[in-house]
Amino acid sequence: MRNKQRDKIMTQEKSSAPRIAAAQIRLLERLSNACAVSGDEGALRQVVLEQVRSAADDVIVDALGNVLVTCRGQGKDRPRVMVAAHMDEVGFLLTHKENEGIFHFDTVGRIDARQLVGKPVLVGSEQIPGVIGVKPVHLTEIEERSKVISIKSLRIDIGLGKDSKVKVGDRATFATRFFRLGRNLCGKAFDDRIGVATLIELVTHAPTNIDLLAAFTVQEEIGLRGARVAAYTFDPDLAFVLDCTPAFDLPSWDGEENTRYNTRLGAGPAIYIADGGTISDPRLIQLLVRTAEEEGIPYQFRQPGGGGTDAGAIQRQRAGIPSVSISVPGRYLHTPVSLVRLEDWKQTLNLVYAALRRITSKTLT
Amino acid sequence: MTDFTPFLKELISAPGLSGHESPVCDLIANQWKPLVEKLSLSPLGSLHGFRRGEAPDPRSSVLISAHMDAIGLMVKGLEEEFLRLTSVGGVDARVLPGQLVTVHGRQDIPGVVVMPPDWLLPTEIHNGNVPIEYLWIDTGLTAQRLARLVRVGDLVSFAQPPLELSGEVIAGHSLDNRVSIVALTHCLQELTQRVHQWDVWVVATVQEEETLGGAATSAFQLRPDVAVVVDVTYGRGPGADDHRTFPLGGGLTLGWGPNVHPTLFKAFKTLAEELEIPYSVEVFAHHSGTDAIALQVTAEGIPTVLLSIPLRYMHTPVEMVMMKDIQRTGRLLAEFIARLGPDFMNKVNMD
Repeated sequence: MRNKQRDKIMTQEKSSAPRIAAAQIRLLERLSNACAVSGDEGALRQVVLEQVRSAADDVIVDALGNVLVTCRGQGKDRPRVMVAAHMDEVGFLLTHKENEGIFHFDTVGRIDARQLVGKPVLVGSEQIPGVIGVKPVHLTEIEERSKVISIKSLRIDIGLGKDSKVKVGDRATFATRFFRLGRNLCGKAFDDRIGVATLIELVTHAPTNIDLLAAFTVQEEIGLRGARVAAYTFDPDLAFVLDCTPAFDLPSWDGEENTRYNTRLGAGPAIYIADGGTISDPRLIQLLVRTAEEEGIPYQFRQPGGGGTDAGAIQRQRAGIPSVSISVPGRYLHTPVSLVRLEDWKQTLNLVYAALRRITSKTLT
Repeated sequence: MTDFTPFLKELISAPGLSGHESPVCDLIANQWKPLVEKLSLSPLGSLHGFRRGEAPDPRSSVLISAHMDAIGLMVKGLEEEFLRLTSVGGVDARVLPGQLVTVHGRQDIPGVVVMPPDWLLPTEIHNGNVPIEYLWIDTGLTAQRLARLVRVGDLVSFAQPPLELSGEVIAGHSLDNRVSIVALTHCLQELTQRVHQWDVWVVATVQEEETLGGAATSAFQLRPDVAVVVDVTYGRGPGADDHRTFPLGGGLTLGWGPNVHPTLFKAFKTLAEELEIPYSVEVFAHHSGTDAIALQVTAEGIPTVLLSIPLRYMHTPVEMVMMKDIQRTGRLLAEFIARLGPDFMNKVNMD
């Protein structure tokens, strides 16, 4: 029955390539507004499951909470291609109740302490609003103002209600709601909700030349934990990782050339050569580059350097899995407001889909 | 009793930076119109409302005032597709990275204040707090479109939507001093049910955060016999819990010190006790940092008193206040006005 349903969907959708239009942007909005700090990805899992079920041949939720989706192709010798995007986001964990409504917290994942001061947050699965305040500037001494306010001195303040449901152990995120900003999209946690939205679109329009093994992973931001076990379970021939990578393409203060931009907004999908955790497989880089050039899709190489994606865990799983990462460039990741260019997202989906369609059993030879 | 929460949320959602208060002023005028006999604007833009007293001519008059201007930002330069900024009023640059803002250019443009990575900044500020002159606003517009829509000197307001927290607590930007505008409104509404002998001037002043120019000029024009200033004070909370702070929900504060007239202070203190309205005494050795500074020394000098509403995280976009404290302040003010008799001025003296 399930296969039959799937055949039906596939014949319907054979002509329709995946794309980013109003419905996909609305889905990104939903994903961005949901709260899913590493280790507490339930809210995202729910949306992902709802979106992929009808298109999948097989869906499992594993021991860590990864959503592992299989879309089988047609024909013999189909390569098994894993495509991963992480569901989790950086955020906060309430660690201690100091007073009525006042909580200590830790950051989960890397967040610059300078981004926290004076920001609204949402706490727990019911998204209870609160704020991270600061001592009024009028009461500070000069030397105090020059120091960065440490996370351990900050508090989440949820007001003075005595019956609040907020408790130690709850997660919190920045409260930013999704919005359009010119030709860009803004919201929290585009790292990696944009990858999740892209992967959902690929699952619902899965290429038939491969077995698409879609991994919606957990706990990427705190050590690639989900991807590690997902890659073990899938045991794929090769892997693509869809993420969101910083675009530091701002002017420098003194007008000197900014040579450390990492990626640039508007320059298309960012292909990884090497980052802090992975040397991308040259054959897969070649596949992406050739695809982009032949299809007229813009692309850029992410400047080699630090940072990393789920590929770092996938590549060294089992006997080794050739891997590459492709990211949508995003400004201000891991802050209250991330910003991506809509066109970059569209081209990223185009490139990944076109590359997947070109994969054969000879791709790695 | 009217729930003023929606009015407060409306007030803090309207622009009205120092010197450019007209958007918020229109909202206040609208709310005050049915509560006063006449409304007018001062030459600098302060809003004056008038309620005639019942006593025969010549009557004394009391001025009750709160500043309606808010702190914010201003465009200082354009570079490529980014804006440089400066502050209007006392903005703490440490809260700026990641804030949502509205740039009031030839049209309103949403934007975000952003902090560049260290390597795009001078070495001496690496890993430190980034001063305002090195922050940018990103509007997502192209450089060409930005240049068409935005000019140096355009105002920038905070755009964080108001939050309703548990315990009838509101959080947001510009609660300093829109909460006091609500307290004055509450007072006016109570006065419509009461008889008062004195004339009442209710004033929403301009430019408090920059020059105190609104209070000084309105007081000169209106020449009240006494003046009551309503503003906010430091709410006790995380990061600020010494004697200079006051608990949210603990009632208002009565300012005490050379900026405050002792007779008026005593009158308010006695009245608060009589009405069982909780209050604390807030001591200022020099001045109060409010419109009271300017009012006290206007013309021949005006006996002035200061009521303040505790507010956490002052001058951040997540200021926090309890509705109850606003109501109490408005009520105390109305009760004070209702008790002002023809002979009150005879009792006002320094000894």
